[in-house]
Amino acid sequence: MRELMPLLIKGTLVTVEIAVYGILLSIVIAGVATALRTAPWRPVRWLGNIYVEIFRGTSLLVQLFWFFFVLPLPPFNLALTPFTVAIVGLGLHYGAYGSEILRGALRSVPGGQYEAAIALNMPASARMRRIVLPQAMINALPPATNLMIELLKGTSLVSLITLSDLTFRARQLDESTFKTAQIFALTLVIYFVLAQVIAFVMRRFERRFSSHVARRAVPGIAK
Amino acid sequence: MNHFFDMKYALSILPDLLRASMYTIGITIIGFAIALVLGLVLAIMRRSDVQFIAKPTALFIEFIRSTPLLIQVYVLFYVAPIYGITMSALTAGTIGIAVHYACYVSEVYRAGLNGVARGQWEAACALSLSPWRTYSGVILPQAIRPIIPALGNYLVAMFKDTPVLSAITVVELMQQAKNIGSETFRYLEPITMTGLFFLLISVTFASGVRHLERRVRLP
Repeated sequence: MRELMPLLIKGTLVTVEIAVYGILLSIVIAGVATALRTAPWRPVRWLGNIYVEIFRGTSLLVQLFWFFFVLPLPPFNLALTPFTVAIVGLGLHYGAYGSEILRGALRSVPGGQYEAAIALNMPASARMRRIVLPQAMINALPPATNLMIELLKGTSLVSLITLSDLTFRARQLDESTFKTAQIFALTLVIYFVLAQVIAFVMRRFERRFSSHVARRAVPGIAK
Repeated sequence: MNHFFDMKYALSILPDLLRASMYTIGITIIGFAIALVLGLVLAIMRRSDVQFIAKPTALFIEFIRSTPLLIQVYVLFYVAPIYGITMSALTAGTIGIAVHYACYVSEVYRAGLNGVARGQWEAACALSLSPWRTYSGVILPQAIRPIIPALGNYLVAMFKDTPVLSAITVVELMQQAKNIGSETFRYLEPITMTGLFFLLISVTFASGVRHLERRVRLP
């Protein structure tokens, strides 16, 4: 046990680092993709939709391998570090899923809210920031929490592109110490705890967000 | 080497990739069949009145759902042999992915079962139907119809997770593409074709699910 922990903790830190950067990048990408998909020009909307369909329709591992093995070779000649590949790959993959969540949440805000903001002569930025987004967030946060946990689980795949995350360290220790059962049990528990931490933080965040906004009764949606 | 995408080369590796894709599809179909049955069992166990059964089942589902499939597959492939359960990579991979998705599917079943009106349970009880008849004749037909789209989404998700099994040397599509790539040192064609294949099958599956949804809708 004592010989296992240092390396596993080292791996956990890498996993946490990748997960945090991945989550931040995928939030940005989800926002941009949603903006593209709701743009007034059709070609821009297509671009957004094609991006989302491609990244939701293929496997995360295929995407990571594509960035890792294909990009450094001609005709691209673009050699990225494994760390960059991991963050960009996770960000693009989960950003596409996030965009679906965000789009659904924006749609759930009743049209009257947009109209009222326009009637009050609010500029578009204030309308988004002060009226629409706070209401959309209440619906977006629970599925976003699930997606973040999915992303955390997805980080285990970066061990296959040579990054020394928790999964990689577990395999490495397994090969050197042969305490297979203990190592993998510990690894599973660490991932479980990390997922619970995400769920806990997001629940706090959810409560903060929904405390400002009066719950309206939406007919037909029992919750 | 200055071709962007060498068609001739792509055609020459197509048979190998198609053969490997049969494994991918086979794993998905067998794994999902197991997941559908096991998921239902887990969902019913979780609803049990006996806390001794319901609580551990809920914990098991939560645990499997919040840990990575990759580690679970490693456990089946590297840890299980220590306890005398030796499986081929293909078997371990299929069971691993099936159990992982059974937990997801059981949550879907739970939503479906919760959606059945109380009166239906009471009516089945009043007619003194056996638990088997209650579930198979009354509850499940009503519970499953509305959750078919959600089940279909998990079928597609499971299909897209099969490349994870390449980590325990199952030669499915992704692994085959990587092998071809390392032999010829051309990764662009095999990996891009793998991505296109996944895209194609995912879209086909998704439209099949929509079709099924229309077929089973109540008149």
